[in-house]
Amino acid sequence: MESQLGGRSEEEEVAAAMEAQTDVDLLKKAWRNEKAAPEILQFEAGLVQRAREQIQLLEETVEEFTENRSDDLVVPLYQMDLDRALFLLRSYLRIRLQKIEKYKVHISKTNLWNRLSEQEQRFAKRCIDIMEKHLDQSVLSRLPYGYQSMLKQSISSEEDDMVPEPQLNTYVFCKSKSDVGAFQLDDMGEEIVDLVADDLYVLRYNSIKGLVDGGRIDLV
Amino acid sequence: MAGQSDPHLSIFTPAEVEFLAEDELVEIVPNIRMDALNMICGDFGPFFPQISTKVPIWLAVALKKRGKCSIRPPEWMSVERLTHVLEAERESPREFQPLPFHYIELSKLLFEKAHDDIPDIYMVRSLIEDIRDVRFHKVEMGLEKISGRTHAVKLKNLSAMEVNIVRPFMVRALQAFYKHGSPEMIPQPELTVSRTQVLDRGPRVGFLTVAILRPHRFSNIFLVELLKICYVILVLIVIK
Repeated sequence: MESQLGGRSEEEEVAAAMEAQTDVDLLKKAWRNEKAAPEILQFEAGLVQRAREQIQLLEETVEEFTENRSDDLVVPLYQMDLDRALFLLRSYLRIRLQKIEKYKVHISKTNLWNRLSEQEQRFAKRCIDIMEKHLDQSVLSRLPYGYQSMLKQSISSEEDDMVPEPQLNTYVFCKSKSDVGAFQLDDMGEEIVDLVADDLYVLRYNSIKGLVDGGRIDLV
Repeated sequence: MAGQSDPHLSIFTPAEVEFLAEDELVEIVPNIRMDALNMICGDFGPFFPQISTKVPIWLAVALKKRGKCSIRPPEWMSVERLTHVLEAERESPREFQPLPFHYIELSKLLFEKAHDDIPDIYMVRSLIEDIRDVRFHKVEMGLEKISGRTHAVKLKNLSAMEVNIVRPFMVRALQAFYKHGSPEMIPQPELTVSRTQVLDRGPRVGFLTVAILRPHRFSNIFLVELLKICYVILVLIVIK
């Protein structure tokens, strides 16, 4: 079992070594970006799947070790590694759920819906249904006609103005992985910033959204 | 941080910043023989007595606790280097000296768990505290310079913990300046007097937070100034 585990993680290491990053590093990066970004980012399905498999494998290994050996040293260490990986995974999923809960209606009405995994989409739908039912029963059905919508303030509203949206122009701390050079921050071409690799910047999230999606900038 | 009105603005708790720092590699000298560890986060070992090897600091601390190794303090943590850095910090009021990104967390962990492995630990400790003070003072000075014309802030060589401490205040300050200084109206639903009242009583937290960040609906400048003063005081309290 140990050599199997060693063999598999070696293969994955070689593959990951091409990018010089383990799945844990990638998960850490995804976690940080998700925490710092005001809107929900693309779900890392492949990464989460791989992480889950590795964690499951390690769990089984640890179980075996605890039964067979009475090695007080190695087992707690593997357990710690397991706990750390689990924490990362859970925290990543939890922060996404938090964002979904906060902006569920907005997400369901825009193409952000595609950034959710299947389970998250089911969760969001149920959340919206429950919320609608609750608001309807407790408040909306007793309001005068014309004000009973959960989405619009009144029938005369042109858009869905009761829907909270994420604040995209909030400022975030970020580090660029490579030199991006002169970068335009806004549409009017007035604000230009020179982004050098490994320097820390505080910028509006709006301006660097594209770079974050492309993985060229990391949020800190 | 005490007194945070919006816990989400500080993004990471200090414990989480430490968690991130714990993956940094550090050199240890084991005193036992152990097979290689094939973990999810990487492969380490095999371990031989008296042969130094690099492991993440969480692993090093765990081994140290069980008395299975001694930790070699990283190069930047010598009295010589730190004195040099401190002098350089004091001499350049606008720049931060290059230090490891997690120097605060690393030094705290090592002081707590491996104090017998660090030569001159009291000197090193006081040097690092002085460096922290000087750097944070620079951050505070820099914060005063933020104005309506600031569209980006460059913080070269700032460390993870310092970023996390200053993040809420800086984000709020920059956002307030952006909203007030922006020449065009922020695109938002049209606000008439009656709608303002409905929004205030809205059941969703989203609108309440949005209301705080859009103080122009209330007596704008005075409130913003008051908020700024409160935050500066809170920041100073935390630093002290």
